[in-house]
Amino acid sequence: MIVELGHFALILCFSLSLLQSVIPVVGARQGNAGMMASGTWIAIASFLMLAVSFASLTYAHVASDFSVGNVWENSHSLKPLLYKYSGVWGNHEGSMLLWVLILGFFAALVAAFGVNLPPQLKANVLGVQGWIMTAFLAFIIKTSNPFDRLQPAPFEGKDLNPVLQDIGLAIHPPMLYLGYVGFSITFSFAVAAMLSGRIDAAWARWVRPWALMAWIFLTAGIAMGSYWAYYELGWGGWWFWDPVENASFIPWLTGTALLHSALVMEKREALKIWTLLLALVTFSMSLLGTFLVRSGVLTSVHAFASDPERGVFILAILVVFIGGSLTLFIFRSSELRGGGLFAPVSREGALVFNNLFLATAAASVLTGTLYPLVLESINGSKISVGAPFFNMTFGPLMMPLLLAIPVGPLLSWKRADLWSAIQKLYFAAGSALVIGILALAFVEGTSVLAALGIGAAAWVMIGAFAEIWLRAGFGKVEASTAYRRLKGLPGSTWGTAMAHCGVGLLLLGIVSVSAFQQELIKRVAPGEVNNFAGFEITFEGLTPAKGPNYIEDVARFKVSGRGVIDLEMLPTKRLYTTRKMPTTESAIETFKFSQLYFSLGDPEPDGSITLRAWWKPLVTFIWWGPVLMVLGGLTSLADRRLRVGAPKRAASRRKLVNA
Amino acid sequence: MRRFSILLFVAFIFASPALAVNPDEVLDNPVLEERARDISSKLRCLVCQNQSIDASDAALAKDLRVLVRERLTAGDTDNQIFDYVVDRYGEFVLLQPKMGTHTLVLWFMPIVVLLAGIGIFIVKLRNRNVTKTASLSDEENELILKALKNDE
Repeated sequence: MIVELGHFALILCFSLSLLQSVIPVVGARQGNAGMMASGTWIAIASFLMLAVSFASLTYAHVASDFSVGNVWENSHSLKPLLYKYSGVWGNHEGSMLLWVLILGFFAALVAAFGVNLPPQLKANVLGVQGWIMTAFLAFIIKTSNPFDRLQPAPFEGKDLNPVLQDIGLAIHPPMLYLGYVGFSITFSFAVAAMLSGRIDAAWARWVRPWALMAWIFLTAGIAMGSYWAYYELGWGGWWFWDPVENASFIPWLTGTALLHSALVMEKREALKIWTLLLALVTFSMSLLGTFLVRSGVLTSVHAFASDPERGVFILAILVVFIGGSLTLFIFRSSELRGGGLFAPVSREGALVFNNLFLATAAASVLTGTLYPLVLESINGSKISVGAPFFNMTFGPLMMPLLLAIPVGPLLSWKRADLWSAIQKLYFAAGSALVIGILALAFVEGTSVLAALGIGAAAWVMIGAFAEIWLRAGFGKVEASTAYRRLKGLPGSTWGTAMAHCGVGLLLLGIVSVSAFQQELIKRVAPGEVNNFAGFEITFEGLTPAKGPNYIEDVARFKVSGRGVIDLEMLPTKRLYTTRKMPTTESAIETFKFSQLYFSLGDPEPDGSITLRAWWKPLVTFIWWGPVLMVLGGLTSLADRRLRVGAPKRAASRRKLVNA
Repeated sequence: MRRFSILLFVAFIFASPALAVNPDEVLDNPVLEERARDISSKLRCLVCQNQSIDASDAALAKDLRVLVRERLTAGDTDNQIFDYVVDRYGEFVLLQPKMGTHTLVLWFMPIVVLLAGIGIFIVKLRNRNVTKTASLSDEENELILKALKNDE
């Protein structure tokens, strides 16, 4: 009954989204205030319907109602409760429902909080959201209905893919989708602006918080996915350039570019056309990502869905939205007039530089990801484009960008003096140099390349705070005045510094783990002691154990050294009994920012087992960096709330004048 | 030979190795072993999904790892080994595709996009500065004159 209710709510929502697609947009064209305002209520109502629908699917999963095909395919009565919840979106149908739920969530957010938006813009934005919603609800109902029943109902489920039974995967997809789908708002804003033909600095001011919010979620989602792959897949790698990873990374690159170009548009009314294009492209890339993952067109470690019917349907959605929006763009962009002028060396110029490299990086990752598919469909030849290619092309593209990070914020708008900006960075440059040299001299195993990497990371991290330091006037005014100014600096300045510093931290983690990682691959017998990376590792033997839906062999290790004595590490080999699928559960210990990583190979009859151990210095910076970026984004977002209210204040003043 | 450990310092930028090498495969000569690891990380495990043979647990990947090491011990250069493997398994096995007419677009896309971007930016910047500095139209001049007169 509850399941049917959810099914009904889903279909009701489809009808609502049809209304939302038409009424507000027509209202906006005819200037009908009532029709425009209806979008607000329809958007909120359809979000509620989706929430009901999603809740009922969750209920079916948690109650292990195996008469629902989706539950039977992906659950098991003995599965731990947390994974009964996360199993809702750990499969194709459920994850599409989550996708649409989040789409509805953002539309409802715009509906509820976009009070200061011009009614016409708001109506169009909600209308475009309605189009996307209609398309994806049709997709779900037609090809991927999670509410289909089975007759007769099976007694027991087939269990969830074991690698997905993990806390990381419980959180990673919702985060990622909040990012992916969050960019639908900027897309809708862009299309709405083109429909009404008005696009100005105010538009950028309204769009930027949404772009920032989506970016924050996407950053967090990607970082979390990376950490999940790191510990769950048991290879100790943190980024594989897997097509599915790339699918989330391309929108991140263009979204990051969008954040920066929208800044230019908001402050200086320049780069309008480009910003508009980025807003369209970013969500298009999200759609493309959804297509790549959901259609099964790629076979990759993440792919757990394949069905040509679905692929064709999403491809059609893709073509309509990307093609349609770009066509509109071609017709409308020529009508837009350029804004403020600027010299090549200026804050605007620096942001263009940023956009140039981010867009190029996005283009090359996109090309690399799609190239094998395209080539095969053209002449049937199969090639692979893997990590070595991406490392070779992406790395060099990022380097100029990283080095420019500290300089950009120090350039003034319109026209700047590059040399004086660089001079202001003497402290950052000096410390980076010293740190690089110290690493070369005192840290064992530092190559020149690694020293350069460490120096670059230090340059980015220290340089990130140069703007704050200079604006507070440290060294120029009394310390007390400087501290007071420090407090008075806007949140967005702090946010920028934190996010940029996060990039440096990420770089440091990458360089450190690439250059200083140590590895031990060894068959160990019970009682055997090994010295590795400053640790004494004792293997105590294998013990069988039993979990709720798996059996496992637990390898017991005692680890001493680097401040710990007899620390127990327990990597395991698991067998999930329902799916007969073996997995390796790694054991990871964190020492400040570094990690000791144990993973198991195959056991031998004599009780010995292959141990793969890694010492990964500063590896956690790879994820602390993005955490800092997210915090920076949040700080900036908290600040922007005030400025978003600006048009509203202006409107109320006008009311006073008129009265 | 079987009981044997090796410590490796791996130094690639941006590439963290993910490993499934077994202890019995590891070569005695650390230089050769390092080359073997480097080569293996560039060869695709054909039965896996986007994994290198260095990272894969699959039996076929193991065979290939052993093969690479055999060729290395026999004195082959890296390129000879890549050619040898491509002869048997096709170009699909290379994670980094060869430069050729069929991969021209792939390899040159980044540089072309970057140069095109720079080009467009320069052209736009020039055009705009030119149009913006254009003098006022007659109409506008008239308006200004009128406004000035009104002021008087």
